[in-house]
Amino acid sequence: MSKTSTKGIWKVISASSMGTMIEWYDFYIFGSLAVVISTKFFPSDNPTAAFLSTLATFAAGFVVRPFGALFFGRLGDIIGRKYTFMATLLLMGGSTFLIGCIPSYETIGFMAPLLVLILRLLQGLALGGEYGGAATYVAEHAPVGQKGYWTSWIQTTATVGLFISLMVILATKNVLSAEAFDSWGWRVPFWVSIVMVGVSYLIRKNMDESPVFAKAKKEGTTSTNPLKESFGNRYNLKFVLLALFGATMGQGVVWYTGQFYAMSFMKTVMNIDSSQVDSLLGIALLLGTPFFIVFGWLSDKVGRKYIMMSGMLLAILFYRPIYKMMYNTTDVSYKTEIVEQTSQNVERTQNNDIITTLSKTYTDGTSYIEKKTDFADKKKSQSSITININSADEWTLIFLVFIQVLFVTMVYGPIAAFLVEMFPTKIRYTSMSLPYHVGNGIFGGLLPAISTYFVTHSKAAGKSDFYLDGLWYPIIIASICFVIGMVYIDNKNKINHL
Amino acid sequence: MNTIKQALGILWVILAVAAAYFCVFEFGLPKLLSDQQDDLVFGIIILFILTPLIVLGLGTFGYFAVIGEYNNKRK
Repeated sequence: MSKTSTKGIWKVISASSMGTMIEWYDFYIFGSLAVVISTKFFPSDNPTAAFLSTLATFAAGFVVRPFGALFFGRLGDIIGRKYTFMATLLLMGGSTFLIGCIPSYETIGFMAPLLVLILRLLQGLALGGEYGGAATYVAEHAPVGQKGYWTSWIQTTATVGLFISLMVILATKNVLSAEAFDSWGWRVPFWVSIVMVGVSYLIRKNMDESPVFAKAKKEGTTSTNPLKESFGNRYNLKFVLLALFGATMGQGVVWYTGQFYAMSFMKTVMNIDSSQVDSLLGIALLLGTPFFIVFGWLSDKVGRKYIMMSGMLLAILFYRPIYKMMYNTTDVSYKTEIVEQTSQNVERTQNNDIITTLSKTYTDGTSYIEKKTDFADKKKSQSSITININSADEWTLIFLVFIQVLFVTMVYGPIAAFLVEMFPTKIRYTSMSLPYHVGNGIFGGLLPAISTYFVTHSKAAGKSDFYLDGLWYPIIIASICFVIGMVYIDNKNKINHL
Repeated sequence: MNTIKQALGILWVILAVAAAYFCVFEFGLPKLLSDQQDDLVFGIIILFILTPLIVLGLGTFGYFAVIGEYNNKRK
């Protein structure tokens, strides 16, 4: 189909991937800096601001992305892929930069959280439009029989974006003092975005339109109403539903479990020090990322279906043993305490709050700090546990997270090629974007909230393995998706439109 | 294989109905009626986003499967 040379396709890949990676970076820094952002814009003692905070976290991630997919997907199928995903890039970059410029709640009051919410929604809309455009653009340039390989480069961008966001935040924290970071330094990762977006815009500006779309436009075979043709036509609708329930739904939960639930599990259930979690997650992501390319390439040889379904099956079978092993690494009841080094310190603050700090050290090098604050008004107390793990445990956790990232690469590596091949050129951008963002944004995005709900519920019920119950959500969703995918999806895609 | 595809279609329709019950009565409404702000947003998303999506989406998918839309056509 395509006459693009290998040199030409690398140009296409780099232009597309860089922009998509930046969009993921922009999307993730908000999540990674959520704690700082909430103190600056969403004071917890103000119920309206707290409500807006929850809305900003939830709405942008779940609700808005599919709308972005519909809005920009329609544009991409009418005016072209290139201009549409340039628009999403500028929208995302502009919104991110502006979040970094908003004065705090203390300065402009209620306008601050409202502006953050609006900009966060715009970020969600942009992300909803970007991915489908980039995947379609690359696939329509790629040679026949190599679409899995070439589109897998786009698939690396989400993980690389997360990795770079963690690194930029870590670097900013290292360069600045804790006070400076808290005061204004947290804005730096947001400002960095505008530079990256500027460079990416200039690169994308000089790219040509997708040859397949340009040909369709020349022949007058593009759609005038992609939404109606995608979802109002039974033939296309059945493939949209198959893509969602037989592929992206399971892929979404595997993706979110491997990269986000693992992170929140280590921070909140295992109580590992936040910086240790960020660095071990960064290493696991770095080691796992090349496998997106490996499985994308392999999907060209053996078919997309069996790679994606194998990833889902492995995740279903191994999530519980993996998380049990992860939990056991920091379970101090299995460790030997060095009693002589145990200390307890009690101090009284200016507000007459009493802070009790209990420190323990274990023979394997693990340290345990429990801090309890009894507030002077006696109405409430607050306690937190921080565990610093030893090097051996750190590498065990890197390995266990890496295994989960491998499952992610199996389900996610081939999916762009799978989706673009499923739909014809004239409605491709719209039709593939919606199941992707519903599967990832809604089924995947709801995972932290639903899984945390299961864990809290089981803990309250006194179950000894309460920490594993959060995994039921991804296991059930992935199992349904696995059965649908195995039964209804054809490995040799007979409806390949590329 | 076509018979399995069609028979499983009934299962997807039943699953959509079961999901509707759990999403509304086990997750959605209790969260919506709770006093917590976080729960309120979570309840709204479960009731008005996830429930229609699963019920209508999976139900339609099941219906299409039952009527043979996903069957392999003989050549």
